[in-house]
Amino acid sequence: MSILLKGGTLVLKDGEKKADILIENGNISAIGKGLCCDGEIIEADGMHILPGLIDMHVHLREPGFEGKEDIRSGSEAAVAGGFTQVCCMPNTDPVCDNAVVVGYIKYRQSQVDLCKINPIGAITRGEQGERLSDIGKMKAAGTVAISDDGKSVMNSLVMRLAMEYANGFGMKCLCHCEDANLVDGGVVNEGYNSTLTGLKGSPRATEDIMIAREIALSESLGIPVHICHVSTYSGVELIRSAKARGVKVTAETCPHYFILTDDAITSYDTNTKVNPPLREEKDRAAVLQGLRDGTLDCIVTDHAPHTAKDKQVEYNLAAFGFSGLETSFPLSYTYLVKSGAMTLCELADRMSAAPARILGLAGGEIAVGLPADLTVADLGEKYRIDSSAFRSKGRNTPFNGYEVCGRVKYTLVDGRIKYRDL
Amino acid sequence: MRHDEEKMLSRKDLLGLKDCSGGEITEILDVADDFRSHFDWKNKTSGLLAGKALVTLFYENSTRTRTSFELAGKYLGASESNISVAASSVQKGESLIDTGETLDSLKIDFIAIRHPMAGAPALLASRVKASVINGGDGMNEHPTQALLDMLAMRREFGKIEGLKVAILGDIKHSRVARSNLYGLRKLGAEVTMYAPDTLMPRGIELMGAKIARSREGAVEGANVVMGLRIQLERQSCGLFPSLSEYSRYYGANEGLMKYAAKGAVIMHPGPVNRGVELTPALIDGDGSRITEQVTCGLCVRMAALKLLAEYRENKL
Repeated sequence: MSILLKGGTLVLKDGEKKADILIENGNISAIGKGLCCDGEIIEADGMHILPGLIDMHVHLREPGFEGKEDIRSGSEAAVAGGFTQVCCMPNTDPVCDNAVVVGYIKYRQSQVDLCKINPIGAITRGEQGERLSDIGKMKAAGTVAISDDGKSVMNSLVMRLAMEYANGFGMKCLCHCEDANLVDGGVVNEGYNSTLTGLKGSPRATEDIMIAREIALSESLGIPVHICHVSTYSGVELIRSAKARGVKVTAETCPHYFILTDDAITSYDTNTKVNPPLREEKDRAAVLQGLRDGTLDCIVTDHAPHTAKDKQVEYNLAAFGFSGLETSFPLSYTYLVKSGAMTLCELADRMSAAPARILGLAGGEIAVGLPADLTVADLGEKYRIDSSAFRSKGRNTPFNGYEVCGRVKYTLVDGRIKYRDL
Repeated sequence: MRHDEEKMLSRKDLLGLKDCSGGEITEILDVADDFRSHFDWKNKTSGLLAGKALVTLFYENSTRTRTSFELAGKYLGASESNISVAASSVQKGESLIDTGETLDSLKIDFIAIRHPMAGAPALLASRVKASVINGGDGMNEHPTQALLDMLAMRREFGKIEGLKVAILGDIKHSRVARSNLYGLRKLGAEVTMYAPDTLMPRGIELMGAKIARSREGAVEGANVVMGLRIQLERQSCGLFPSLSEYSRYYGANEGLMKYAAKGAVIMHPGPVNRGVELTPALIDGDGSRITEQVTCGLCVRMAALKLLAEYRENKL
């Protein structure tokens, strides 16, 4: 089965190039001008073709929380958002801390057959922070990394052992940084807006303390570590100076941290509640700058779908997180590239090549011979985000109604069209 | 302070003072003052709210506020009912929104709510046709408390503008401190606060509060010294080492009042922890206006109901 993408502009590592792409047997078989094909021809004139986007931090909620999302709806949301690969976090029910749950997720992925799904295993059994999961067995079953996402492993000895043991299997720890004592029930950033709303806030130190700890462990042991969803200016600075010293630390952030501030919480709209919380303007600016200069390596969504019931309650009781798969690319394109903060090639790196590099995944590149994982987008198309049209079961986003540019038109995984914008 | 054109209470609900104009606040005080001076306390009959229904929905314990709302409604002739949350379907897991819809179906006109979580009255108000009055939501606001405090101050000194008010206590967790700060600043008073650093919220000075460096400095030249209740649970969380240490370094006593202005008064929202935030001598002395505050509270709540009823009549 062959497909020809005709007349699009390819987004390559070193620049953009107008060319046709011929796909045969799942791989890119040729790149050039005037190519032909006897299979499907997609007119991509006026569109940009990026290496398939990769989101290394999503919550697919299955097994256990299928009311919020399942692997099918999450995959549909992913390909609609332009993602060809996602990595799903283990805070499911049961927790993904053994080969059986990993195997189940891989089985469901093959059933649903949309985007590629790479499971992330739990660091500790039940994410309780005490005993290591069956890390080797999980690797054999298909995990690409480990994380106790949703919390930090508070015991530093356990964290050290996890980093060392997983390193032996070529897996990194992806670290959710939150000091479990210091957070003290805080639901927003501690500052002017927490005082104004009367909502309990947690200081930046809650996140920074654990970022500093992970960096210290990585530096002492010489083992790579990855920091999840960075939100503070001080955290960005810790990572920047660690990298300058040669520490093997990588980091990710999310669109809400480089677009929004905690001014958004004053309406008590629970679609602004997230962990780590929205912070102040100096944090937002520092996170954006961190993405520009490479201190923060990649953009993830931390896709956290919830039911309406989970969110339509008092702010303190509402679930944390945003449904992000279907908004990440247009928001990132609009607020980073269209705004002039970075080039399209740099964005493609942050959303495709970098996650692939960090986790050692195949992908992130457009070249002859490689699997045809491609995201085709019309960057000129302007529209408003409409959460009621999401394919995700989760409609919880602070960006509903936002005007953005950049419509995903096609998502191809292994050379097959998994999403078409109709 | 800007002078506002709008004077009529222009909203369905009274959720807080941070979004009220100086004009709206003055109007409530004027109507409340009128009740205070001219209501027939001997007979307490009025048909002003005849045919209207008020429900109190209190998720937290209360003596003053709840009884005050209940009687405010009854003295004005409204039907009234109290929902005791501990004995309600909330214990079966019924959500705030579902509870609100039930009350709408019972054709309730006013809901006075107290809730431990900030933003809950706003959530309820957005979902019900009834007018919602915030009786205290978490650490956010307690607008009728601040209004009654301001009424007592205005009756004592003839005005709010230019008054110096000192607030001592657990500011960080206090909705009373916040509502008072917003209201007093809008009407041109000066507010100084003093508390241990662990009990002072971030950014409060950006809202117009002066933060004193000492107890004496806080009270210096003050016309009103307001104590706030120290919640005893806070001590067990380590926010301060002991109650005796708190009262020694942060409590108000007769010696401290020497720094206040002549004719200064003592206020407290109640209930008072005797000997912790205020000494018995201050609570029971001539300068105390604590009992007058309670009467003002009744009048402020009567005023709020009257003005909201007028809004409903005209706009809904």
